[in-house]
Amino acid sequence: MQRRLSTWLLLAPAGVWFAVMLVLPLCFVLVFSFGEREAAGGYVPAFTLEQYANLPTRGKAFLNTLILAPLGTLLSLLIAYPLAYFLAMRANPKWRTMLLILVIVPFWTSILIRSYAWIFILGGQGLPALIEWLGFGEVRLINTPFAVLTGIVYGYLPLMVLPVYVSLERLDKRLLEASADLGAPPLQGFLQVTLPLSLPGVATGCMLVFILLMGEFLIPAMLGGGKVFFIGNALVDLFLQSRNWAFGAAVAVTLVLIMLVTDTLYMWLMRRLGGAREDVSLM
Amino acid sequence: MRLYALAVYLFLYLPIAVIALFSFNAGRHASQFTGFSVQWYGKALSNPFVMEALWTSFVVALSSALIASVFGTMAALALQGVRGRVRAVADALIYVAVMVPGIVIGIATLIALVTLFGWINPLLARLAPEGQAPQLSMGYGSLIAAHALFSMALVIIILRARLAGMDRSLMEASADLYAPPFATFRQVTLPLIFPGILAGFLLSFTFSFDDFIIAFFVAGSETTLPIYVFSSIRRGVTPEINAIGTMVLAVSLLLLVAAQIILRSGARRGES
Repeated sequence: MQRRLSTWLLLAPAGVWFAVMLVLPLCFVLVFSFGEREAAGGYVPAFTLEQYANLPTRGKAFLNTLILAPLGTLLSLLIAYPLAYFLAMRANPKWRTMLLILVIVPFWTSILIRSYAWIFILGGQGLPALIEWLGFGEVRLINTPFAVLTGIVYGYLPLMVLPVYVSLERLDKRLLEASADLGAPPLQGFLQVTLPLSLPGVATGCMLVFILLMGEFLIPAMLGGGKVFFIGNALVDLFLQSRNWAFGAAVAVTLVLIMLVTDTLYMWLMRRLGGAREDVSLM
Repeated sequence: MRLYALAVYLFLYLPIAVIALFSFNAGRHASQFTGFSVQWYGKALSNPFVMEALWTSFVVALSSALIASVFGTMAALALQGVRGRVRAVADALIYVAVMVPGIVIGIATLIALVTLFGWINPLLARLAPEGQAPQLSMGYGSLIAAHALFSMALVIIILRARLAGMDRSLMEASADLYAPPFATFRQVTLPLIFPGILAGFLLSFTFSFDDFIIAFFVAGSETTLPIYVFSSIRRGVTPEINAIGTMVLAVSLLLLVAAQIILRSGARRGES
């Protein structure tokens, strides 16, 4: 009995914190999404589906997100996979941990400053000025989908490398030897042994990156210059500029719903693939 | 293969290096380096807006990391012995706190707190004598509370991994030798998990110090350093931002290296 009491006392502060700062606010968003807009901005209690019916007016933001988030995820995977493969299979074991830490560290530093670095590089006085000076004519890099994708890959590459690395590292190397002994050329060994066995890591990485990209605001805001915008940018606009809280809440609920659906689909896919979900820690 | 890896590392670190290099540029432009100078650091550090934003960020990061470490540690310890429904709810809450995008957390916190304050403030006004009622508003409090939430989830995740890998027989031995529960905690459990707590604290501090999106919504009239940097980038790229950015990156890198060293050396001691 005393043990139970102490457990509850230890849990109480965190419990209250999660209730007030997480559960309650999320409930507020749900309630607000059925409300109406006050003329001066703000929220009027109501029960209407009007806000959800208005979602198509922000269709461009949803479309951009649903195109660029998967594309960014795919690009990150294509760049991350060979690096993860190198780290797990080819790198000198003595340096492996160090090299891995070097990949993860940027992820924990300010994404704001790291995106800013690309404004600086892709902006008018950076790379384009250099290209023009070299005689290749005038190019525009900043505020294009290319710039946003560069920022995405740059920002989320570490998150993709890590899970792929973990699944490749755990792979039983004897399977590859067996494949070679049975006369399979290296490429076939890779396609039939390594690649299928690394799929759980690939799926985890894609999922993590995709989820974070769905809620992205900073990268499109900084590198897309109002021309390439995500759902996150629409949300900032709705809450901080036009103060249309009810509609903003509906957009936020829809965003979370899309993420929930993808997450469930992913879990289902993972069970089909037969791989258990990898526990990946970022530290 | 090796060449490819080198190229990716260059891609990861070159932009950061460019920022650091050009923060020492005497001229204003990114296309040419016109000489070495620390004038932009001087400009940044003597800018009262920068210093005020830095102070706000520091106070918020320190307070939220402290709160998260203490309450998160308590929760992680309690969750050790909890199974069943309570455990499932706790797991779900931690998962939601980490997986829901920061922007949604920021929006949710904003509308919830503004609405709650709208209900509470008239009550306070009625209770207190004329014109002296305290008014609740967004600012330090909401910033610290929102950052502490995410950080608490982070601390619980880190500590649970540590507690799971810990040798339970030590605690049982201590109890068998008639140590009261608190003595066991202070003399056995705490020293074993302390590296985890410290690493959690440093990561929480880094998260709060670097966070832009949650702060953007809940900061009220306060300005944190990332908010200041974001709004000055909007006004145009200046070498002063390079200097601030380099300093911010240096601080997070230092804290990360410290957290790594503590986690690793602690893990080794925990195994032996």
